This record gives sequence, structure tokens and C-alpha cells, in this order.
Amino acid sequence: MAKITLSNLAHSYTKNPKSQSDYALKTLNHVWDDGAAYALLGPSGCGKTTLLNIISGLLTPSSGQVLFDDKDVTNKGTTERNIAQIFQFPVVYDTMTVRDNLAFPLKNRELTTDYIDQRVSDVARMIEIEDILDKKAMNLTADIKQKISLGRGLVREDVNAVLFDEPLTVIDPHMKWKLRTQLKSLHRQLGHTMIYVTHDQTEALTFADKVVVMSEGEVVQIGTPTELFEKPAHTFVGYFIGSPGMNILPASVQGDRANINGHDVKLNTEYAKIDGKIELGIRPEFISLSSDPTNLPIKINRVEDVGHHKIIRASHQDHDINIISSEDTEISANMRYVAFDKTRLNIYADDWLVEQ
Amino acid sequence: MKKTQNQKAWFMVLPVLLLVAFSAIIPLMTVVNYSVQDTFGNNEFFWVGLEWFEEILHSERMHDALRRQIIFTLIIMTIEIPLGIFVALNMPKKSGLWTSLCLVLVALPLLIPWNVVGTIWQIFGRVDIGLLGYTLDYIGINYNYTQDATAAWFTIIIMDVWHWTSLVVLLSYAGLKSIPDDYYQAAKIDQASRWNVFRYIELPKMKGVLLIAILLRFMDSFMIYTEPFVVTGGGPGNATTLLSIDLVKMAIGQFDLGPAAAFSLIYFLVILLISWVFYTVMINSDKGNG
Repeated sequence: MAKITLSNLAHSYTKNPKSQSDYALKTLNHVWDDGAAYALLGPSGCGKTTLLNIISGLLTPSSGQVLFDDKDVTNKGTTERNIAQIFQFPVVYDTMTVRDNLAFPLKNRELTTDYIDQRVSDVARMIEIEDILDKKAMNLTADIKQKISLGRGLVREDVNAVLFDEPLTVIDPHMKWKLRTQLKSLHRQLGHTMIYVTHDQTEALTFADKVVVMSEGEVVQIGTPTELFEKPAHTFVGYFIGSPGMNILPASVQGDRANINGHDVKLNTEYAKIDGKIELGIRPEFISLSSDPTNLPIKINRVEDVGHHKIIRASHQDHDINIISSEDTEISANMRYVAFDKTRLNIYADDWLVEQ
Repeated sequence: MKKTQNQKAWFMVLPVLLLVAFSAIIPLMTVVNYSVQDTFGNNEFFWVGLEWFEEILHSERMHDALRRQIIFTLIIMTIEIPLGIFVALNMPKKSGLWTSLCLVLVALPLLIPWNVVGTIWQIFGRVDIGLLGYTLDYIGINYNYTQDATAAWFTIIIMDVWHWTSLVVLLSYAGLKSIPDDYYQAAKIDQASRWNVFRYIELPKMKGVLLIAILLRFMDSFMIYTEPFVVTGGGPGNATTLLSIDLVKMAIGQFDLGPAAAFSLIYFLVILLISWVFYTVMINSDKGNG
């Protein structure tokens, strides 16, 4: 197991990248702590898989270095890095039995038969597929196949890290839960560094100790699920995490007051003068409907009752505002204003959070 | 309650039934008709039962042609299938101008009319003006496909490989292209050797298309007529007289309609039987171990 350091890493799929937009992965410095569980979260095409493939050695970065502990492995292949990677599409070797599938990486390393048998039965017990070891891998369901490909990763004892590239995409919803829980308990049991790529925020937030949010080839925030929820470092994080995401409203800020289209909103602290495009961000959970005309006027467009809470889709002039209120909230005709919980307000300048 | 039966649907099948009747069933029935009768001209026919079938099945000539046919088919298949896979593996994978060019080049032999293919090789192999024949002769190899049986066999086998390997290449290539990248990446992570990647990923994934390729090559080569007929005409002697060449000699050359008809039916049944056995075995090998 190893600490993985990325230093000044960047990657472009074009040969001679000219502008920043040619980079699939923009310059990145990060240390993945040994034994931690990370999630790489972001929409499709944001560079998550690129980053993952660079770590595993399937891809050589255009610039920068990858260090395992303090050893430079930037130009080393997958063999030297000794990493397990599980892909979106469950990969099993169809013509082999499940047992041979699990033994395959060890056989390729020409280890002794006794050792291989021992490891295979250990891993099979760990991922609970002992009963199907002698079946052909071909006709199994997607979730079992995905377990086998995970098993092929774990069968190597000295594996440095386990990488997951959207491993649950093709799994049935009711099996997703089970597999995710198993992954989590495997992590506790084995203590491997795990990096889990996904575009599903629930998956990321439940799996990981730390979530790395990416957008357009750039890491926009690294933090615990709580940090991402309460203090999104970038409007993208606010918008991408949460359901619905954070409300972003253009505003101007002076001292401890914000102004949205001529309506005053009291802030929690004083802000120094800020330049750039100023926006105010607030999560739908921290907005409440009000009939007090000193608050921000809105128009309610529709109310969605999703069971244990209500989502109110409203707008203030051209700007959508989503509000989450408890199931028993009565909505009356004079509730044409919204009040913000001022301790939960975030101010953004050019999309980045302004620290208070 | 009694279920009402609507038989109108049968009328819808009628046009296709007529079409198949005229294109296949009626011609086939005339062959069946000839195969059980004898004639001495004047449009007079005599019922002979299964005599022609017995005669053909015991005829030395048919046995020789069948033996030659089986040898021919086995040789070209053992060359074309592995060669086709090998070429497909080495084709460029990324789409682009170069890939398109390669595909067109590979597909080219398939677009040439069969008798033209025969003519091309007939000229190509000639010792006086053909590039192949002249060259071989020049470097001292005794090559003359009109007199030497080995040379004749060599020529028609090379010709068939040239003509039909492309089909195997294209089918295998399509099979290879459909393998998701994840498989190759997983194999890399598992440190699989190049041979293991082929053995455990590429070959199993190509199985379906290879089955088609093998079936098509078997049927086509077993029925081959035009190209060897143009090149060797079945000679020298009877050295390259394959089944269909022999059949045509019998039916049109000697005008033995009865034996030729019986020959055709046996020929047809042999192909049908081998194809069926082959297909069933391949399909069942998929299940069974599941």
C-alpha cells in the first residue's frame, strides 16, 4: 500500500495542446492518503476517468509526475504500479471458470499453485462467491461479474490501491445498495486506498471519507461530504451536489448586506470589497416561505411532493429558486416571499467561494 | 368457450409461397423428377426408382471428386481462417483515413466477379506472360499448372486464399471492434500476456462471427465452380475436378440427366448435413458448461 502523490499533473489528448481548453485534465496537485476512501465526483466528460487511468498507469500524463510513496512511477506501466482497477463494464474472462478468473492475475505472475489456491479461496470468501467458484463466468449476472472483477483486483495481496471506474452503472438498483455496502466494509477490513469514480452524488457521499469534485478537467473542491454540502467552494459544487442543487442568485455585496435586484438581504458577517461577478448561494433546505413583505418576493410555479418533504419550484424575476420544506408545511396564497437562513448564505465571486 | 379461428392469415403468406415455389421448389422438384427416371430421348421417360442414387453412391468417379473436394475445402479453411484472424488483429483500430483505406484494400478481392478472378490467376500463372509463372520459371522452379497436378492445386488454393481471406478478415475485424476497451484495460491490470489477451478475450468475443465465417467458407468452397473451372478446367486430367465441375461435366457434357440429378441431390444433402452438424455443435458448445 502506498501514498499516491500527483504533482503538477496535466493531460491532453491532443498532441500539441495550445490553450487550457485542450486539456482533458488541468494542472493538479494532490496527495491521496494511504488507506483512505476517496470518491471522484463529476459529470460525464469532466476528466475523472482520465485521472483514474493516469493513476493506474493505463495512460501516461502529458506533464507532471505520479509518485507512489516517494517513487516516481510516471512512466511505469500497470505491472510495476500493482494497482487493481474495476471498470464500468464488468470484465470477466467468459471461457474461464470463476476460480480461474480469480487466479488469472496470480497465474500471470507465475506464483506457486498452493499460494494461488489459498488466495483464491480467501478472496472468494471475502466477496461471498464461494458457492459459484466452479461455474463458467459467462452466464452470470452483472453484479456477480462485477464482484469477480473486484476479486481479481483484491487477489493480489500487495496491491497499492483499488480504483473503481463507475462500477455500479450497469448493476440493478437493488443490487447497487448491497454492493456499495460490501465495498465499504471491504475497505474497513482491508484498509486499501480506494478511489471511486462516479457521477452519482449519493454513491460518492456514502462511499467516501473525502470527495473530490471535478468539473471540466479541474478539481474544484476536495472535502468531506459535510463540507461539500455546507460550504461548496465553487458554484458548480453547490449546483451538482444536493437535490435540487444550491440556488445561485446574482447579487451585489456591501459590508454585511447583499442586494438582489434592489432587495436587501442581511448577511452573517462583513465582507471586504469584492471584485468580479458576485453571486449569492443558498441551499433549498435553508430557505423558508414567508408572508413578510420585507423578504424577497417570489412567484411559486409548482410544488412537488416527494414523500417526506416538499420541493417548491419558485422564481424571482428570471431566476429559479427551489425551496425544500417539511411535509406538513401549509402553503397559503399570501406566502409570496422567501426568507434565507443567514448563517447558511455563501457569497461567490467569479464562481469561487469568498471566505468570510 | 370455443376459440374463433381466423384462417385469413394464410392468404397473406400466399405471395411468398408462390415466389419460393417458382424460384426453388419447382426447379428442385424437376431435379427430383429426373433423378428417378431414365430417358432415351424423344421425351420418353422410364421409372427407375433409386437406381441412379445407388450408381452414384458406388461410383468411383464421385468418390474421387468428393475426396478432392474435401481436401480442397480443408486446405483453404486451415489457411484462410487463421490468416484472416491474423490480418484482422493487425488492422488499425482507430477510425481514420488509413483505416478506411485498409478496409477498402482488404475488401477489393471480394468485389471482383468470380470468372474475372479466375481469368486474373489464369494469366498470372502463365509461364510465358504471367508474372507469377514467369518469375517461378525464371528462378528455376518447374511450374506449369496445365501439366503438373501439384502446380494446378497450388494455383487454385492460392487463388481461393487471395479471393476469400478478406471475408474472414472483415468478419473478424467487426468482431474485434465490438470488444469494449474495458476488457483490454482490465487485461493490462491483470498483467495478461499478448497471447492470453487473444486466447481469453479476443477469441471468445470473435466466436460468433467466426462461426459465420467458417460456415460461409465451408459452403462456398464446397460449391466452388467458376474460378477453378476458368483456371484449370478440372485438369490436368481430373486432378482438380471438384464436385461441381464433375457435376457440370456429367449433366451438360455427357447429358446424363438422371445420374446428374441424383448427384445434385446427394451433393445438396451432403452440404446441408455438414452445415447442420457443424452449426449444432458450435451452438451447443456455448451452453452445456453454463
